[in-house]
Amino acid sequence: MLSVKTDNACHSRSEQRKRDFISERAKVIPPSGIRRFFDLAGQMEDVISLGVGEPDYSTPWHICDAAITSIEQGHTAYTSNTGMESLRNELARFLRDRYQLEYNPKSEMIITTGVSEGLDIVIRAVTNPGDEVLIIDPSYVSYAPCVIMAGGIPVPVPCTEKSRFRLTPDILMEHITPQSKVLILNFPNNPTGGVMRSEDLEAIADIAIDHDLLILSDEVYAELTYEGHHTATASIEGLWDRTITLSGFSKAFAMTGWRLGYICAPPDITAATLKIHQYVMLSAPTMSQYAALEALKNGEEAMREMVREYHLRRNLFVDGLNRIGLPCHTPEGAFYAFPSVKGTGLTDYEFAERLITEAGVAVVPGSVFGKSGTGHVRCSYAVSRQELTEAIRRMDEFIRALP
Amino acid sequence: MDEIDRSLLSLLEEDCMTPLHELAVMLGCSEQEVEKRKHQLERDGIIRRYSAVINWEQVDKGAVYAIIELKVAPERDYGYDRIAARISRFTNVRNLRLRTGTHDLQLLVKGKSMQEIARFVSEQIAPMERIRETATHIIMKTYKENGVLYVEREDGQRLPFSF
Repeated sequence: MLSVKTDNACHSRSEQRKRDFISERAKVIPPSGIRRFFDLAGQMEDVISLGVGEPDYSTPWHICDAAITSIEQGHTAYTSNTGMESLRNELARFLRDRYQLEYNPKSEMIITTGVSEGLDIVIRAVTNPGDEVLIIDPSYVSYAPCVIMAGGIPVPVPCTEKSRFRLTPDILMEHITPQSKVLILNFPNNPTGGVMRSEDLEAIADIAIDHDLLILSDEVYAELTYEGHHTATASIEGLWDRTITLSGFSKAFAMTGWRLGYICAPPDITAATLKIHQYVMLSAPTMSQYAALEALKNGEEAMREMVREYHLRRNLFVDGLNRIGLPCHTPEGAFYAFPSVKGTGLTDYEFAERLITEAGVAVVPGSVFGKSGTGHVRCSYAVSRQELTEAIRRMDEFIRALP
Repeated sequence: MDEIDRSLLSLLEEDCMTPLHELAVMLGCSEQEVEKRKHQLERDGIIRRYSAVINWEQVDKGAVYAIIELKVAPERDYGYDRIAARISRFTNVRNLRLRTGTHDLQLLVKGKSMQEIARFVSEQIAPMERIRETATHIIMKTYKENGVLYVEREDGQRLPFSF
């Protein structure tokens, strides 16, 4: 993962090549801005990594056991393109009970190989070359590249500290042009932990309707909402038929490695997306689907436990950050704190790089997630409380030593 | 008993040495309030004791633990309570439970040797009135106790960075 080995045979062959084989599209995708942190973290010992975007829990055992059993019973073939019927039915129930979302499991749902695949195919299904896709900024690193690969033009829409990292109607209006077609939302947000409550979503609903925008709402952190209850974008009046709900099992059920997500959308969008899904993926991994079925049926207790623990850690960690002089708004969802490091006089990159080398704590510079993340760092609190306390101690020491 | 009490109990159950300040921050209330709640839970007998989970197998190599199951004829008016109270007075009885199934009472007993346990069963427990039958099972290895794993588990590896 950290380094790419080039063997000699490969190398000598490349010298005979005259043409540049790399596509223009692949070239314009920005490289992952964080390579050197990967390398730094790999070299150092005793690093507390707050750079991780996944739960520190292993998948609850009963979920693993369901997958093992499915393999033992020989369920190792493809499933239907849209995913197992039993899983879609159970998912429909889950979404209705939890988020008041109504989706027909037969025509409005596709089980995907992680939210990552869902994101890619759904963007390809709705984007024409030249379409502008509004993307909240800062946000998860994959949105803009997926839009570029589909020929669209990503347009960042800042969601800053001032609005507690929410999308406000006036900022959205400023970025809308006649070419605007899709708006990508991700709340609870990675990297800020910001959430949009129902009144915040209602405030932008009219704009979406007036400008006939399609909303792509990535709600993979929905279950990790700490104050009140998550509001699904599609549950807002007037938004259902212009919203695509993307989510998955990774965060809520600690299932990142299973690569399982889902797309829920109006039937015409689902049908178009399904064509792409069946050509590029065929179907999501079968054993993972059995695991997900178990997660939906019997996983809520374990999920609640994990959410409760994240909540406690958030309180502990955010209090610590504010105490040592890194101002941090209280994130209401996901498992990230997004403190400002402007007071240290360092840029977010400098801060992150020095923090890892001088104090052995790994965080991610906020600008990796977009221009509006500049001056912040993303700290994941999906690590043990002992490590969080120790990380705060080390960060405190590091900040005190700064001139 | 509210949500905060419940959270406080699980935090203490997991680590009763957690500093008061950290408990307060995590629960979102003042240190004084945490103290107050803690004392109330102690007074109500909900918190029975603050103790460490120790793997004695690692310390006393010779120590023996056994599960002893008893069939008991219950007493009119008292059921199993009086005999259970009597058995629980033995300090080597670590756990005592009334359960469903083939036997009625189940004890966890600690002894220095197999002989000591055998003697305890045959001389102290079996002769008691109302005990109909005993079954003794020697414990060979503990894998998990009170939710704590005793065997080192290999944790899954996470990448140091991911988005």
